[in-house]
Amino acid sequence: MLDVIILISPYAIAYTIPLLITALGGLFSERSGIVNIGLEGLMVVGMFTGAFTITKLETVFPGTAIWIGLLAAIIVGAIFSLLHAFACITLNADQVISGIAINMIAGALTTFLARNITGSGNIQILYSLGRKNIPILSDIPVLGKLFFTMSYPTTWLVLVLLLGSWFILFKTPFGLRLRACGEHPHAADSAGVNVHRMRYIAVMVSGAFSALGGAIVIVTYSGEFNGTAAGLGFLALAALIFGQWKPLGILGATAFFGFASTIANVSQVVPALAQIPGILLKTFPYVVTLIALVVFSKTSQAPQAAGEPFDKGKR
Amino acid sequence: MKINKDLILAIVAVILGLMAGSLLMLVAKSSPVDGYLYLFQGGLMNIERIGNTLATATPLILTGLSVAFAFRTGLFNIGAAGQMLIGGLCATAIGLTYAWPKPMLVPMMVGAAALGGGLWAAVPGWLKARFNVHEVVSTIMMNWIAYWTVYYTVPAYFKGSFMETESQRLSQYASLKVQWLTDLFNDSYINLGIFIAIIIVILIAFVLTRTTLGYELKAVGFNRHASEAAGIDVNRSIIISMTIAGMLAGLAGVTFYAGYASNIQIGILPSQGFDGIAVSLLGANSPWGVLGAAVFFGLLHTGKGFMNAMTSIPPEIADTIIATIIYFSATSILMQRLWDKLRKKIGGAK
Repeated sequence: MLDVIILISPYAIAYTIPLLITALGGLFSERSGIVNIGLEGLMVVGMFTGAFTITKLETVFPGTAIWIGLLAAIIVGAIFSLLHAFACITLNADQVISGIAINMIAGALTTFLARNITGSGNIQILYSLGRKNIPILSDIPVLGKLFFTMSYPTTWLVLVLLLGSWFILFKTPFGLRLRACGEHPHAADSAGVNVHRMRYIAVMVSGAFSALGGAIVIVTYSGEFNGTAAGLGFLALAALIFGQWKPLGILGATAFFGFASTIANVSQVVPALAQIPGILLKTFPYVVTLIALVVFSKTSQAPQAAGEPFDKGKR
Repeated sequence: MKINKDLILAIVAVILGLMAGSLLMLVAKSSPVDGYLYLFQGGLMNIERIGNTLATATPLILTGLSVAFAFRTGLFNIGAAGQMLIGGLCATAIGLTYAWPKPMLVPMMVGAAALGGGLWAAVPGWLKARFNVHEVVSTIMMNWIAYWTVYYTVPAYFKGSFMETESQRLSQYASLKVQWLTDLFNDSYINLGIFIAIIIVILIAFVLTRTTLGYELKAVGFNRHASEAAGIDVNRSIIISMTIAGMLAGLAGVTFYAGYASNIQIGILPSQGFDGIAVSLLGANSPWGVLGAAVFFGLLHTGKGFMNAMTSIPPEIADTIIATIIYFSATSILMQRLWDKLRKKIGGAK
């Protein structure tokens, strides 16, 4: 069994990382009180921006093009998420409807642009990001094989962002204010916090992170933009809930989903897993999330004001 | 007066959506005038294309009604796509398994689709009523469970003879297409589904405005706590509302997979599920509004192919326009404010 886990762990980690960063983006948004079911669409935006930037640059600077692509995705993702922020924060629109509109606009618009640019709706990049063994650490028995061999540099980038997000959200005044906006915006407002500004920042962070997640999918395992994130954004949303809106919980949930999905993908070739029907493995994360929702329903840690527009006049 | 306001807001959202579309047509280096001309011609040019527009609108009417019906009880059914898929799967399963005569087989398929979709939506309804699990999240999860269920069930039991990714074709006895209707519309895709959809629109309009059940469901939508105080069983209303919404989406499945198409494909969540949200929003959650909005979106979807053939505009323009319309419907509060201000001004002048 351990052999199997060691064998699949590089793939499972590669699958986990985009989910993790996207769910982390969702964490910022929901902690500030804005439900963002547009994560899927924001990932697609990141995928398109990343793939487009990289194909334009990779013939000139083959190595750095990937990093420029990731950066471009972050910037465009943050800007695109302003659509959601404007609708939800400034206009008090229904956050779920706006999120759906974001998903639909992202999918249709990027495919539209891709068709204009390449003729087909797909954009392929030539070179993916290389996998590297971490020196010294990869020689540690078991752990070295599990975590430090064949790892992408983006994995470490995302883990640093995870640590940074935890620190910012839970150890700084800024984070406290942001969370206050999601729990009790009126209290935050009377304490002098600019709720609108906080929420704008949080939504933009969610856009930047989700788009980075999408671009990481492109530069690591997929290599091709095709107009969809295949439900990864929704899975990230599930991980956010399953992780009960906490960074460590999200890490656990996404790793769990990452391993579950990878096991489902390789189950055909691994004899130990071939007996389990694929349908059970594939639906597993969603069923587990439904069960988690029921289990946590009494003690849910959801930000209290998430989904509610902030109206200054209403106390 | 209220209907007028909804209508005006819908029209403004459509105009803004079309304007955004023309901007994109300019990006694609084409003239928006030509683009829209071909788009509307493509949907209305002759009797066959009108038939196709109605056939494309059929599942949209039903998914739109599904979203609108749940919305009237204050529930957001994002799961229409999954319910539609399960409805299609149930209908296809019946249609491929039994060799009954058509007048018996087709009603059975329609019934199975409604049953399947209804049960699929009853789960989130029950979770909401019993455990207060938010229906938006649970229906999203149910969508992906439906997606994978179809992904594994179809190749295992109903594998097509040529492609791994789709089911066998339904025979003509198991299809909603009927010869006289196909002939009437010159070989178009139109099928009995359109009659089902229109009957259901009338039925839902009746239920919502003329029955105790409709009154109770709407009351729960307006104010859950007041309804409870008035003696309405809120939990029961929530489950009933979600189940009926799921049945409607399930019917959309049979009209699409056994009417418009003749088999079910794996690996795709039907876009009609999400377009249904747009239809419902644009139609202001009223059955007749849904009918109008669905026909309009059906027109956009039918015309896009012709437009793509005549100009260099990619067909995704239709989806972009629909998505933009949803965004503007969601932000219609902005226009509502302007409208209220305008009315106050006019009222003040009197």
